[in-house]
Amino acid sequence: MPQLTRKEVDEIAMLARLHLESDEALRMQDELGKILDHFLALATVDTDGVPPMTHAVPMDLRLRPDEPAASLPASDAVRGAPAREGDLFVVPAIIGGGDK
Amino acid sequence: MSGPTEWLSVTETAQKIASGEVTAARVVENYLARIANVDRELNAYLTVTSDEARKAATEIDRKRAANQPLGPLGGVPIALKDNLVTKGTATTAGSKILDGWVPPFDGAVVEKLRAAGAIILGKVNCDEFAMGSSTERSAFKKTKNPWDTSRVPGGSSGGSSAAVAAGLCAASLGTDTGGSIRQPAAFCGVVGMKPTYGRVSRWGVVAFASSLDQVGPLTRTVRDSALVLEAIAGLDPRDSTSLDAPVPRYVDSLTGNVKGLKVGIPHEYFDATIDDEIRAAIEKAKAALVERGAILVDISLPNTAHALPAYYIVAPAEASSNLARYDGIRFGKAASGAKNLLDLYMKSRGSGFGPEVKRRIMLGTYALRSGYYDAYYKKAQQIRTLIKRDFDKAFHHVDVVLTPTTPTAAFRFNSKATPLDMYLADIFTLSCNLAGLPGMSVPCGLTVDGLPVGVQLMGKPLDEATLLRTADVIEAAVGLGNRRPGGRS
Repeated sequence: MPQLTRKEVDEIAMLARLHLESDEALRMQDELGKILDHFLALATVDTDGVPPMTHAVPMDLRLRPDEPAASLPASDAVRGAPAREGDLFVVPAIIGGGDK
Repeated sequence: MSGPTEWLSVTETAQKIASGEVTAARVVENYLARIANVDRELNAYLTVTSDEARKAATEIDRKRAANQPLGPLGGVPIALKDNLVTKGTATTAGSKILDGWVPPFDGAVVEKLRAAGAIILGKVNCDEFAMGSSTERSAFKKTKNPWDTSRVPGGSSGGSSAAVAAGLCAASLGTDTGGSIRQPAAFCGVVGMKPTYGRVSRWGVVAFASSLDQVGPLTRTVRDSALVLEAIAGLDPRDSTSLDAPVPRYVDSLTGNVKGLKVGIPHEYFDATIDDEIRAAIEKAKAALVERGAILVDISLPNTAHALPAYYIVAPAEASSNLARYDGIRFGKAASGAKNLLDLYMKSRGSGFGPEVKRRIMLGTYALRSGYYDAYYKKAQQIRTLIKRDFDKAFHHVDVVLTPTTPTAAFRFNSKATPLDMYLADIFTLSCNLAGLPGMSVPCGLTVDGLPVGVQLMGKPLDEATLLRTADVIEAAVGLGNRRPGGRS
């Protein structure tokens, strides 16, 4: 079942927002196919009625008081960005797919 | 004291600084000199924070002169895996996509170390985003095993294990998602502890697989492991999975007494293919425990064989989601010449991530894609429940589970031909993460070729104390003692 087609590799790469060169995609098709083959054994494990794990250690999510507190200053948060203007991230045009 | 201080334990270093026998400044200078001398060949460090370390040492020495408390790790130089974020110091997680990123905050464990008086000596190498078992997947350099430089230090915390083994820091922190502390600890002959999931805050850890990741210490002694764990453990409101449980004084658990301790021996691990020399060293560790009054109990963990495929679904699935944040906009590197937003994402990620990270993102995206979720991710999470139940059952009868940490000693560079071969290097360590249990590796001898062997101990949730107590006895009986990587002491 899980032998991957090249088309599937391209679809997954698009979902993952990952540009792959064609030799990379070819290698990925082969390697992922082999790894997925190895996973076939899982289908034979009887998991009927077994709940999927949500937390490894039982825990209740804690509530905390809703109190205002200082957060990271915007200037610090954007400092590591490749492109910025003042305290803003700079991104290419989203609507219309323009050139900037 | 003017002699070498690089091989002192954490405990001794803190004591000697507190008593005035040596200054923190001297200790730091000795490490910096040794790093300059030895690390040219080993490549454990990505960044040495010399200036910051010298400043911190001066401050410790000033406090001592003023009779102020220095903290439990006062003046102890510690190296951090480069996926632990450090304010003002580059943090790459071993990836080109984060090259040049300087975080604006300290992670929780870094804050805790500083508060305990520790001195951050630098950032050490790891497989890219902690995905690997040899540190060969770092985008920057190949770290060598100090015991044999033709071999890998293990991974992904290979810089952390090599630095501790070679006397390039007093202790280090690593992260363990599927064995990334314990396996390199075994390969480099040091003590590695992966705490219970939630014991240590993950706030400020570059996320790989959030339901599996834990931070823990790599040290030269079990006592040091106890001290560093105590310093970094505890509730952190910024990590919603951090456990609200008191932190014991772990050193108090080192009683040397294992009389009546029930040690589970799971046959599934011992039926596997294991090198003869590893098997022999593990038998010695078992015998040492029995000699001191522990009782070996044969147990079964029947779902062990499913751990590898379950892990390689859960971890990549979570990674594919966590790594979506590297978009070429908020951190690190952006590809040049992108035509639009989608193109910027695709190209930045395509050029910024290395092959193993891409493989796991692809694998995770495949498993999570619409229509496949039940067959892969949900199935894997159900298998986690089965693995956890196996351990729960075993812990009705035993106090601790003992296995080899790895099937072989450290392997040579480029010796794992396929991704699956590399994944199999983690075969004994994955279950612990899937079940959220504490696990540690402690040295139990050397092979004929002089390569370290590690024995793994796994315990009940939040029972790190029993692991440390057992490890302490193994260390005293069959540990490496004063044996150090050849020709480097």
